[in-house]
Amino acid sequence: MSLLHDTFLKAKSENRAVLIAYLPAGFPTIEGSIKIIKEMLESGVDIIEIGVPYSDPLMDGPVIQQAVDISLHNKTGIKDVMHVVKEVSMLGKPVLTMSYWSPIEKWGIEKFAQQMTHAGGIGVITPDLPPDESQAWITQTDKNNIDRVFVVAPSSTEERLSLVTKNVTGFVYAASLMGVTGTRTEVSNRAEELVARIRKHTTLPVAVGLGVSTTQQVKEVAQFADGVIVGSAFVRIILEQADLSKSIAAIGQLCKDFARVLRKN
Amino acid sequence: MTTFLQDLKKIDEETGHFGQFGGRFVPEALISALDQLEAEYLKAAADPKFNDDFQDLLKNYVGRPSPLTEAKNLSKHAGGARIFLKREDLNHTGSHKINNVIGQALLTVRMGKKRIIAETGAGQHGVATATAAALFGLECVIYMGEEDTVRQSLNVARMKLLGANVVPVTTGTKTLKDAINEAMRDWVTNVESTHYLLGTVAGPHPFPTIGRNFHSIMGVEARQQILEITGKLPTAVTACVGGGSNAIGLFHPFILDKEVQLHGYEAAGDGIETGRHAATLSGGTIGILHGTRSYVLQDENGQTLASHSISAGLDYPGVGPEHAWLKDTGRAFYHPITDTEAMDAFSLLSRTEGIIPAIETAHAIAGTVNLARELGKDAVIVINCSGRGDKDVETAAKWFKINPKS
Repeated sequence: MSLLHDTFLKAKSENRAVLIAYLPAGFPTIEGSIKIIKEMLESGVDIIEIGVPYSDPLMDGPVIQQAVDISLHNKTGIKDVMHVVKEVSMLGKPVLTMSYWSPIEKWGIEKFAQQMTHAGGIGVITPDLPPDESQAWITQTDKNNIDRVFVVAPSSTEERLSLVTKNVTGFVYAASLMGVTGTRTEVSNRAEELVARIRKHTTLPVAVGLGVSTTQQVKEVAQFADGVIVGSAFVRIILEQADLSKSIAAIGQLCKDFARVLRKN
Repeated sequence: MTTFLQDLKKIDEETGHFGQFGGRFVPEALISALDQLEAEYLKAAADPKFNDDFQDLLKNYVGRPSPLTEAKNLSKHAGGARIFLKREDLNHTGSHKINNVIGQALLTVRMGKKRIIAETGAGQHGVATATAAALFGLECVIYMGEEDTVRQSLNVARMKLLGANVVPVTTGTKTLKDAINEAMRDWVTNVESTHYLLGTVAGPHPFPTIGRNFHSIMGVEARQQILEITGKLPTAVTACVGGGSNAIGLFHPFILDKEVQLHGYEAAGDGIETGRHAATLSGGTIGILHGTRSYVLQDENGQTLASHSISAGLDYPGVGPEHAWLKDTGRAFYHPITDTEAMDAFSLLSRTEGIIPAIETAHAIAGTVNLARELGKDAVIVINCSGRGDKDVETAAKWFKINPKS
C-alpha cells in the first residue's frame, strides 16, 4: 500500500496534485492499451487506472461506452486485464484497476485480489460497490494488500461520507458532479464543496474525477484536490484518430501539458 | 417446506436482501435517492391518506378488482383441471404494470419530484408510466431499446399521444437491458428532480420490495376470489417471468400457503440449448445486473449476455432477486417456454376463450396447459393473465402468416 501513499506524499512535498489517468484495458487493442499507458506514465502521469471492460457501464457516458464496446469486441477478459497490469506496472508507478462489481464477483473476489497482487497492481476502484455490500471485498483486499477505493458523489450525505471514508484505503475518489463520465465545458462548482466535506471525515488524499478534460480544468481542480483524474479526454483522442502512433503522440503531449500545469500551480 | 419457512426470515426488508440475493450495487451518487425513496415508501405505507388515494385510483381509474374468469374451454383442452385467469389484461392501459405505476407515481408526488423516467420493453410499463404522468402532471421520459420500438411500435405511438418523450436506445443489444442502463444514466444525472419509476421487481433495493408490494394486490384479490368461488385455495398459481413483476405480485400473497404450488414460466426463445433465450432462472448463473444480485445470463468475466425472446417484455437477461430466492429455497418452480410453444398458446387462448393475451402472458398459458395435464382434473389453477395482446397483433400476424388484406 505504500507506493500509492508515497506517490501522494511526494507530490505534496512538491506542492502539487497527482495526475491520474484512466484507460480501459483492451482499447483500442490489448497491446495498444499497453503502449498508450506506458506513454502516459512516461509523460507525467503519476497513477494509472486501468478500466476493466463491462457490458453495462452505467456510470459511463457515450465516449467511454464506445471504448468499452471496442474492448469487449476484442474479447478482453480479466486475464487480459491482468496482462496489461503486469506489463505497465514494470514502470514502477502505482497501477490500479477500475471495475464495476459484476466482473469481480463473477471472476471470484479472492481470485481477482490475488491476481492483482501477482500482476503488480496496488489498488482497485469499484464505482458501483457501496461499503454496505463489500464485506468479502474488504477481507480480500486487506489480505492481499490491495488498496480499496470507493467513489463518493455530491449527493452523498454526511452519514454516507463517514461510512465510505471509514472503509476506503489509498485515496477517496470524489465524483465532481452528478452524472456519468465524459468531457464537460466547466468543472462543477460542487466539486470543491464535496472535497471540503470529505476532508472533515478523513485525512486520506482526495482525487477528483468526472468531466475533467482540459489543462484549465486540471489546474482548477488541483487547487483544492490532491489528485486529478482524466479519462474521457484520452479515450476521445483514440476514437478520433485511427493511427495508433499518432494517438500515442497526442496523448503523450496532453499528459505533458497536464503535468506542466500541475507543477505551475 | 420447513426449510422455506426458516428461510423466510432471511428476507430482510430493511437492507433488501432475499437470502444472498438482492441488495444494492449502485454508484454512491444514487444511494441517497434510494434511501429517500425507501423512507417515503415506509411513511406512505403507514399513512391512511396514501392508502385511501391508492385504493381509490385502483378502483376508479384502473378498474380493480380485476375479474377472475374461469377458462372452461381451455380447461377441457388441458385435461379437465379448473383453470382461472386473473384478468390484468382488463386493467386501464392493458396490463398489470399500472398497479405499481400508480403507487410509485403517488410516491413521486409526495417526494416533490416533477419528472419521471422509466424503461420499457414491450411498452406496457412505458404506456402505464406515461398515463400516470399525464394524470399527475409530471414530465415523462421513456427509454426504449431501438429494436423494441420497432416490434412494439403501437405502444410507442400510445406513449407519444400521452405526452411522453420516447427515447430510442441504440447502445448494446438495443433492448430492455440497455434501456435500463440509459434510464440509470439519466437518473444519476438528474436524481434531485427525477424519480426513476422502475417497472420490474429487479434493480437495487428498495425497488424489488416496493414493486412487489404494489403488485401484490393481484394475489390478494385472486386469493379472495378463488376462495369465494371454490371454497378452497388453488392447487397452483402461475405466471410468466421476465423481470418477474406480474409473477411476484400473484405469488407473494400465497407464499405462506405452503400447499399452493408456485410456477413461473420463462422465455426460452429458440430453446435454452441454442443459447438464444431469456430464461435466466433456468439457464443463468448467480451474478450482478442493474444493481442487484440474482440469476443473470452472463459469461465467466461477468459480462451480461444478450437475451432473446419473441416477447419484448420477457427479453431480459436478469430477474428479480426474490424469484432467485424462491427458486433456491424450492418454494417456487420455474420452467422454460420456447417462442413456438408461447405462440401456439397465444393462438389457443384466442380461439378457445376469445381472449387475445400478450405474448408475455402466452408463455404462462403454455406452461399452465402442461401443468394442468400433470396435476389432473381435480386441480385448480390460477394464471396471471398479465396483459392483452393488442400490442402484439403485428408480430402475431407475421408469425402466423396472416395477411390482413386478403
